[in-house]
Amino acid sequence: MREYVDGNEAIVRGALAAGCTFFAGYPITPATSILVHLLRELPKLGGIGIQAEDEISALGFCIGASLAGRKAMTATSGPGLSLMSEHIGLAIMGEVPVVIVDCQRMGPATGGATTASQGDVQFARWVTPGGYPMVVLCPSSVPECYSLTRYAFNLAERLRTPVILLADKEICTTLSTVDAAAWENTPVENRTLAAPGPFVPYRYAPSAAIPAFAPVGGPQIMRFTGSSHDERGHLTKNATTVGRLNQHLRAKIQARRDELAIVKADLQPGARTLLLSYGISAGSMLEAAAQARKRGQAVSTLIIHSLWPVPDRPILAALGGVERVIVIELNHGQYLREIERLAVGHQVIGVNRVDGELITPDEILAAMH
Amino acid sequence: MTELTTYLDPTTMPVPFCPGCGHRLVLERLNEALVSLQIDPTRIAVVTDIGCSGLMDRHLITHALHGLHGRSITYATGLKLADPDLTVIVIMGDGGCGIGGAHLLAAARRNIGITVLVLNNMNFGMTGGQHSVTTPGGAITATTRMGNLERPLDICATVGVNGAALAARTTTWDPHLPALIAQAITSQGFALLDIWELCTAYYVPNNRLNKAALLETMDRLGMKTGILYQTGYPEYSAAYRQQAAQLRGQPVMPRRPLEQKYTSGLSRPTSVIIAGSAGGKVRSTAMALGRGAVLAGLWASQRDDYPVTVMSGHSVSGVILSPEPIRYTGIDRPDVMAVLTTDGLRAVRAQVARLGPEARLYWNAALGTVDTKAQVIPLNMTDVGIRVTKENLALLATAAILRRENIYPLAALIDAINLGQKPEIARENVEAVHAGARLL
Repeated sequence: MREYVDGNEAIVRGALAAGCTFFAGYPITPATSILVHLLRELPKLGGIGIQAEDEISALGFCIGASLAGRKAMTATSGPGLSLMSEHIGLAIMGEVPVVIVDCQRMGPATGGATTASQGDVQFARWVTPGGYPMVVLCPSSVPECYSLTRYAFNLAERLRTPVILLADKEICTTLSTVDAAAWENTPVENRTLAAPGPFVPYRYAPSAAIPAFAPVGGPQIMRFTGSSHDERGHLTKNATTVGRLNQHLRAKIQARRDELAIVKADLQPGARTLLLSYGISAGSMLEAAAQARKRGQAVSTLIIHSLWPVPDRPILAALGGVERVIVIELNHGQYLREIERLAVGHQVIGVNRVDGELITPDEILAAMH
Repeated sequence: MTELTTYLDPTTMPVPFCPGCGHRLVLERLNEALVSLQIDPTRIAVVTDIGCSGLMDRHLITHALHGLHGRSITYATGLKLADPDLTVIVIMGDGGCGIGGAHLLAAARRNIGITVLVLNNMNFGMTGGQHSVTTPGGAITATTRMGNLERPLDICATVGVNGAALAARTTTWDPHLPALIAQAITSQGFALLDIWELCTAYYVPNNRLNKAALLETMDRLGMKTGILYQTGYPEYSAAYRQQAAQLRGQPVMPRRPLEQKYTSGLSRPTSVIIAGSAGGKVRSTAMALGRGAVLAGLWASQRDDYPVTVMSGHSVSGVILSPEPIRYTGIDRPDVMAVLTTDGLRAVRAQVARLGPEARLYWNAALGTVDTKAQVIPLNMTDVGIRVTKENLALLATAAILRRENIYPLAALIDAINLGQKPEIARENVEAVHAGARLL
């Protein structure tokens, strides 16, 4: 059985399958259909979907709803992600599970509302003051929009942190044929709830452990704050406590780098070149690789699905044996710098485009020569 | 619940406020109101944001959220929507009313069931006494050394005329303040109290303010006290649930499976670009073309291009039809192009110029002549047995393409139209498909 759907519909289905019962958003091309779908569908199953007055409040509503125990999501594009920046920081600080979909479009500023781009890659990583790690997943096909949205909720719940699904205009709005077998259903995870009895909102040990959750409005009193806080959720300037908190916020992501790594490697014996890409550009890469192999040229490919934290280990594994790596992305070379850091002794080449058109397989083949 | 004599948390005392600061008084009056109401503290959330007012939540035994400047109303709204029986109390300053003005307005318009206590001391105390949206004209602050040139915001009027269930103005000295807070908390809807008070660190010394001068200032500005607005609009979260109840049980995101029913002789990927005008059913026709392909066992993808003003200008859809899964959805060298209108031609002129001799260009003959290397298949859409309008050009051309290119059976396209469109529209569209099939 096959279906004909676009990425935004797949994202909506993934969210609903994950148990999302709260969505707040603000209309913005090319993410709007996610808002429209979820505002229409959520009331049918007792959920809440609301159009907020701006993207700041959209994420603010989600933070409130998540603290009340719901699985919450918002969806936007670059200009909206800019406005969400402050609340992403708050969600990191207060350890709030929430999923943020960024359907990338061309920037800066208004840029091209209906124009393809992958320009938010480093922005998604460094979206908040303080430089704390972000978890960012990136689908490169319509079925992956479903499975990675579903999985984004799992990670948000597991790690009590905001997770960005970094999609793009092309995948979100292009209709694709999807075979039923391609919809991947990973088990749904929920945040760990505090055991009944005395409760300390931000108690964790060791540093990378995730504090147990108790909802606001439940029998255990919850205190949440955007300020540096002690384990009771009270503002503090005590250097030991503040240092411990900030180490924890970093460690809970960094210590799980390997657990969080998702890549799709297709490595060919004897290949001298590794093609590396993500998102919509991965499709161009796979087409180029297929054409090269048809001509008898060995080439390896690597699709990155967990953009942040950088999946160092699988990337290093894919680099073993090749002499050069070609990084294919619709921006000025934002992920290239991460690969340069890892590909010591390799030739690193970027294939980039910022005119709103897709990178063509021909351009990649040309770069291979 | 055993009766509570206080909602203050003794382990967090003393409160950190400056001597004479009004915040301490509001905390005490709020405590009295809560004691009078005896609401289970585990069913109360106190939400604050940045400013000295944001130091209050920690002194209560309720749930507490302390967020970013001016955004407390957004978390409160999320909490209330998620848990409509929860008592949600926002404590914010006049500063927050400025930076969070959009939230204040939206919350009043929604009449979301939260209580907002604005601790209005007419300046930013926490950052050193800068002017805020409520600083009176002429007032001296750190950022208005020569006297404030802005008019103060009438917070009560702003929310009051925009749907708030209750809006009242008072001072920290009001003996009825505990009762007023209790009334706000028990109101069905958005209730706001604009509580004027002294900032003894900055505003008082800069403006020689005291209780009498503050009351005189209110009078001079025409800022009346008491309950100023009361409305009976439905509370948002309750109204939302009432609407939602009518939808419960309806199928959620029903799938639209396309079972293969036809076969196709297509041996290699074929890309089709349809270039027409907005309102010309270009996208829906392209979608039917793709869905029909899936019904015929093919793989399809579709990208659209149109201006943001969807009812004027061009509408261009690119469809790839392939016997194999499609990796790359771009169309660099279309196999087939249909140019239907001058709007469409304007959008794809460069692509038409690049077409090679192997490409087929289905050309609306009404557009005149065309200079191209591609094989031109003129479409004379004047005498086709149905009335040709802007709305059926894409359908006529698509049927002609399917027939001549022999991509998949016409019946698959007709099925796709019937599956995806309303019956009365589908009937009209199928008629156009039959007419298009007779074009060549």
